[in-house]
Amino acid sequence: MASKTIIPTRMELTRLKGRLKTAVRGHKLLKDKRDELMRQFMESVKRNRALRKKVEEGLTEANKAFAAASAVMSPEMLRQALIYPKQSVELDMKLKNIMSVNVPIYEFKTKSSDEAEIYPYGFAQTSGELDDAISALSKVFKDMLDLAQAEKTTQLLAEEIEKTRRRVNALEYVMIPETQAYIKTISMKLEENDRSTKVRLMKVKDMVLADAHDFK
Amino acid sequence: MYKIAVFGERDSVLGFSALGLDVYPVDMGDDVREMFRSVVRKNEYAIIYVTESFHEELQNDIDRFKDSVTPAIILIPGAGGNLGIGSKAIDDAVERAIGANII
Repeated sequence: MASKTIIPTRMELTRLKGRLKTAVRGHKLLKDKRDELMRQFMESVKRNRALRKKVEEGLTEANKAFAAASAVMSPEMLRQALIYPKQSVELDMKLKNIMSVNVPIYEFKTKSSDEAEIYPYGFAQTSGELDDAISALSKVFKDMLDLAQAEKTTQLLAEEIEKTRRRVNALEYVMIPETQAYIKTISMKLEENDRSTKVRLMKVKDMVLADAHDFK
Repeated sequence: MYKIAVFGERDSVLGFSALGLDVYPVDMGDDVREMFRSVVRKNEYAIIYVTESFHEELQNDIDRFKDSVTPAIILIPGAGGNLGIGSKAIDDAVERAIGANII
């Protein structure tokens, strides 16, 4: 354990004791942080799962509708119908702080609030199936945004938990036991020094007394 | 101000252009990785949706952005149906955080 050479002085002992105190405190705090992160993470995973299920169902639906549309329309017509979108979306991103992890909050703004604006084509030359597909997509879009938010949050939290867990473990299993071992070594060495000084003094005293009183 | 991109096979992503998202359709024979990197490099997208079918080819590029706030790269099922790769990403996150997959 005690691999590096330690200087057995009182100053070093005081320094190590201070360090141990900080380490124990830090360990407690980090452990609390890990627990809270874990709670948040579990919530986020649950949300993420639910949203993913919803989005996947919605998109499968939309894709089916789209497949129906491309069956009745020629690919060129389809491409032409969608080539110039009327609507445009801008995304505003804010950051929210969860236990010192910055996670994104998305807010989207559409250029026009008219719901009919999502159809960028005239209705005369396109099929009704395409309208269905587009409207199915627009319905699932809000959930897709929420999903992106939930998924990024989950990923960022996972990273932070991994980091915190490592720190907690490093403190618990390496730093704290090592410091304790050092402290023990130093205090034993100091006590040993004390004893040897005492013995030496007693010996010297005996010798001095013997000299003074001519005990021989 | 950020934008949203959708990246995937033509049939799966074309519809999103009507909603006002930026669409990057991939055709047969395109260099998927190069295309994807050029999309990411633009640095104007906060969210990039990628269809699950390209997951394997883009795995490394997707993983690189897992720990940064932007862009969020989200897998969505494409026209080929739901492959379940998106939900695997959640399991991976759980495993990463806890060390074992317990849920």
